[in-house]
Amino acid sequence: MDSEKRDDVAIHTPPEFAVADADVHRAVEPEAEVAGTSLWKNAWRRLLRNRLAVFGLMMVGVVVAAAVVGPPIIRVTTGYTYDYIPADANLIRSFPPLRAPDGSFSLAHPMGTDSSGRDILARVLLGGRISLMVGIISTLVSLVIGITYGATAGYIGGHVDDLMMRIVDVLYAIPYMMIVIVLLALFGGQSALGQLFLLFAALGAVSWLTMARIVRGQVISLKNREFVLAARATGVSTRKIISRHLIPNTIGPVIVYATLTVPSVMLQEAFLSFLGLGVQAPLASWGSLALEGIQNIAVFPWQLLFPGLTMAVTLVSLNFLGDGLRDALDPQTRRT
Amino acid sequence: MFQFVIRRLLITVPMVVVVMSLTWGLIRLAPGNFYTGERALPAAIEQNIREKYGLDLPWYVQYGRMMRNALRGDFGTSLQYEGRSVNEILGRTMPVSAAVGLLAYLLALVVGVTAGTIAAVKQNSKLDYGSMAVAMFGISLPNFVLGPLLVLLFSLTLYWFPPARWDGIPSRSMVLPILTLSAVYMAYIARLARAGMLEVLRSDYIRTARAKGLSEKSIVMRHAIRGGLLPVLSFSGPALAILVTGTVVVERIFAIPGVGNYFINANLNRDEPLILGIVVFISIVILFFNLMVDVAYGFLDPRVRY
Repeated sequence: MDSEKRDDVAIHTPPEFAVADADVHRAVEPEAEVAGTSLWKNAWRRLLRNRLAVFGLMMVGVVVAAAVVGPPIIRVTTGYTYDYIPADANLIRSFPPLRAPDGSFSLAHPMGTDSSGRDILARVLLGGRISLMVGIISTLVSLVIGITYGATAGYIGGHVDDLMMRIVDVLYAIPYMMIVIVLLALFGGQSALGQLFLLFAALGAVSWLTMARIVRGQVISLKNREFVLAARATGVSTRKIISRHLIPNTIGPVIVYATLTVPSVMLQEAFLSFLGLGVQAPLASWGSLALEGIQNIAVFPWQLLFPGLTMAVTLVSLNFLGDGLRDALDPQTRRT
Repeated sequence: MFQFVIRRLLITVPMVVVVMSLTWGLIRLAPGNFYTGERALPAAIEQNIREKYGLDLPWYVQYGRMMRNALRGDFGTSLQYEGRSVNEILGRTMPVSAAVGLLAYLLALVVGVTAGTIAAVKQNSKLDYGSMAVAMFGISLPNFVLGPLLVLLFSLTLYWFPPARWDGIPSRSMVLPILTLSAVYMAYIARLARAGMLEVLRSDYIRTARAKGLSEKSIVMRHAIRGGLLPVLSFSGPALAILVTGTVVVERIFAIPGVGNYFINANLNRDEPLILGIVVFISIVILFFNLMVDVAYGFLDPRVRY
């Protein structure tokens, strides 16, 4: 099978080796040095050579670090938390960024305050925590479902595979976002935390389809290889072959796709929150902050700008990182 | 070919039934209904209402009725907009959404394909890197951020277009929603077109075309573009599904009386017939569009056999 061969090369042979393989006579000496570098080390080196990917990695690091340590720092220095509304009635209005109540320069609120006098930076950081959490947890949900489903279909093959993949095709054609909207609108609204869990489940449950297809393709190309045959010959159970031998070998493309799923899930979460169906007050996500911000856009544009731009920068960084990872782990599909 | 279309159409029917059943099931399983509101109804009135809408019948009878009516194309009347049938609402809102959505997609196609092709032909040039960087931002900038930014610039600063008012088709009020909606697709299409063109430009038949001395222009425009745009074409199917979501947000931002806006309101108000009607209608549109894409594939790619 053609794809079998291609997938092989994609995972195990970085281009440096491809050249060395072609030149048989020269291979002996330099290989002693090159052979020591693993697939991961090679990938890491290629990733570091990609400037955009490094930028993405750093920005993601900055955003995650800020979301983790930012809120406590703000609480200690200014006393504000994401839901702290100042007791002084004069402070309950929206101040522009970097301005004190009297209009002079001040570092207290680098992103200004919202209409209730809450610190926007603290809310954006909370929004970051929740948006990142939704992105990561839903991606994990989709990973678990997608890998199990795809590996099972690919390994068993035959009619079972046909049926399982036909189901995926059918699900692909369903306007799932509409179903998710119905789900969130009709079952949600009980509590902020309940809504959050519903969101994890809903987004995770609809984003596993592509993952299942990728894993299935990988497993099909791997399952007739010698090491699987050897495992089967020594009497290893089907379940163990799938979990111990096949899934670990599909990890490259899976990591790449997972990295790209995180921003897309975050975007979907933001859509839903923007429509008022996702994260509920008093919690906030970048989408729900944008919804609050858009209502005051003419007068207090900073209420929309900061959450929106923070989100855009984070998503760009994640996408750059994902693209870079794909190029690093899968040199065959590199966007030359 | 004809057989293929018939076969696909036959698969479409059960899929619509699945979507319809799923949505209906969700609605039935959800706690409460349209009439559980702030003000509790007197028991007698609620009983009358339940009888009128058949809510007192066993679930399978309700399901059967719903199916029978739906297959006849009758989705009942909206609960929220009294006296207006779901079909009438769809007929009123669909042209609005379709106009905005299709124009946005058309704009995205033209700009995206042009930018992607130029980037591929001039690979690794400043133009290539520049347009791909812009495309990456286009993908990452959510349209509920882009839309308000455009409003801020063009409506509230330059006073060129109205910020959130619908003046019908055609009108200046369509410009900003279309721009907002098309940005993401423009970016996606540019990336896909570039990748597809790059692959095709390296293929043997392009080398043949070069070897027989064709001009670069005719190589790109007549030979490469056919194969290079296949990824764009296959994206068009899923794109429509995403376009639906995008349209919902854009219709919310710009207060457009389209299907998406009514869909969200229907959900918030638990207007069950309207929810069901819109989901089914959109599913049919998407399935039909996917079919069209598959058929078009055969015309563009001579290797495809049905």
